Amino acid sequence: MKIAFTASGTSWESKIDPRFGRAEFLVIYDEANGTLSSIDNSSVKNEAHGAGTATAQKIFEISPDVLITGNGPGDHASTALRHSKMKILVNAHDMTLKQAYEQYQKGLLNEF
Amino acid sequence: MIDAATITIAIASGKGGTGKTTLSTNMAAFIAEREAVVLADLDVEEPNSGLFFRAEPVHQEVNYKAIPQWDESKCTLCGICTKACNYHAVIRLGPSIVVFPELCHSCYACSELCPEAALPMVQKKTGILSEFRTGNLHFIESRLDIGEEQAVPAIAKTKKYAAEKHPKVRLTLYDSPPGTSCPVIEAVRDADLVILVTEPTPFGLHDLKLAVETVKVFGIPFGVVINRYGTGNKEVDEYCHQEQIPVLARIPDSRRIAELYSAGKLIYREIPEIREILEEILNKAITITKGGRK
Repeated sequence: MKIAFTASGTSWESKIDPRFGRAEFLVIYDEANGTLSSIDNSSVKNEAHGAGTATAQKIFEISPDVLITGNGPGDHASTALRHSKMKILVNAHDMTLKQAYEQYQKGLLNEF
Repeated sequence: MIDAATITIAIASGKGGTGKTTLSTNMAAFIAEREAVVLADLDVEEPNSGLFFRAEPVHQEVNYKAIPQWDESKCTLCGICTKACNYHAVIRLGPSIVVFPELCHSCYACSELCPEAALPMVQKKTGILSEFRTGNLHFIESRLDIGEEQAVPAIAKTKKYAAEKHPKVRLTLYDSPPGTSCPVIEAVRDADLVILVTEPTPFGLHDLKLAVETVKVFGIPFGVVINRYGTGNKEVDEYCHQEQIPVLARIPDSRRIAELYSAGKLIYREIPEIREILEEILNKAITITKGGRK
């Protein structure tokens, strides 16, 4: 399984970024080989409009099985993400990536 | 009273809720007692000038904007369109190009740059333009559909309609949206004069400064009306004095005005003092427009 996080940093100890469109980083954990990789999403800050769809396109290209985020994507972004089969889990704000991953494994995160 | 050819006055403000609609509707009705006037409500996201007139509808039409429509049969998924779009209104999701009409600014870039002509532009309804008439007052408003985000095309269309329908009416007023973003710029950019309505508070002053900077970029003559005068502090007065910005009028703070407004009534008809203030604003406004753009 490939798990994507919206994150404010690039390590397991980084906090989940509660925002979807304007998340600082997109961090990807590949359970198959145990690697953690990341994409810098900070340039989206300069966008007045369309941050949600821009980030949705990036997530789509990563094509994770699961997306873990905070507040959840907005209308446009969720319309975009509905084109994929990924599971979107929300309310992971205030957690580190590690904590969020553990909560996910226990099935404690809410589905969007 | 008015001897220039035609004059367009945009009534705007940095801060919302300072009295744009109060001034627009009262000024328009006041002028209409003597001669023909056009009032266009350009706050298309929440038009409310119409609440103050019992006017007869004379015309209605649909507002459209152009958006790209994906032609799957021609598309090679090259992705040029997604890079061309500054607003991320066109994105590639796996084997599909998805268009988000609400985000689209109708710039045609994706459509024009598509090598396969797979994104022809089509018309999408964004709302309704209505015209009403009561006596000498021609009132025009556009109303965006719920969920529609792009105010600018509707504002441009409303201005064009007003100008083409009433080319001989000497005075046109625009009730502009608040703020300093694109809709405001579209509303004020070709006006002969901008009246910035503010209030004598720190918020009023802060947003007035932003509005002044915006209007200055276009070199449009402008003046300030200080509403709810007597509340807050003297900082707006001091700022206008320092910057040599003409203060067209000071409308006193009054519970009576607020009550009349909330009942959908025109205040100058009930309060003679307001009649004098409107006359003063109009005279000063016309004098300023004679100076032209800087």
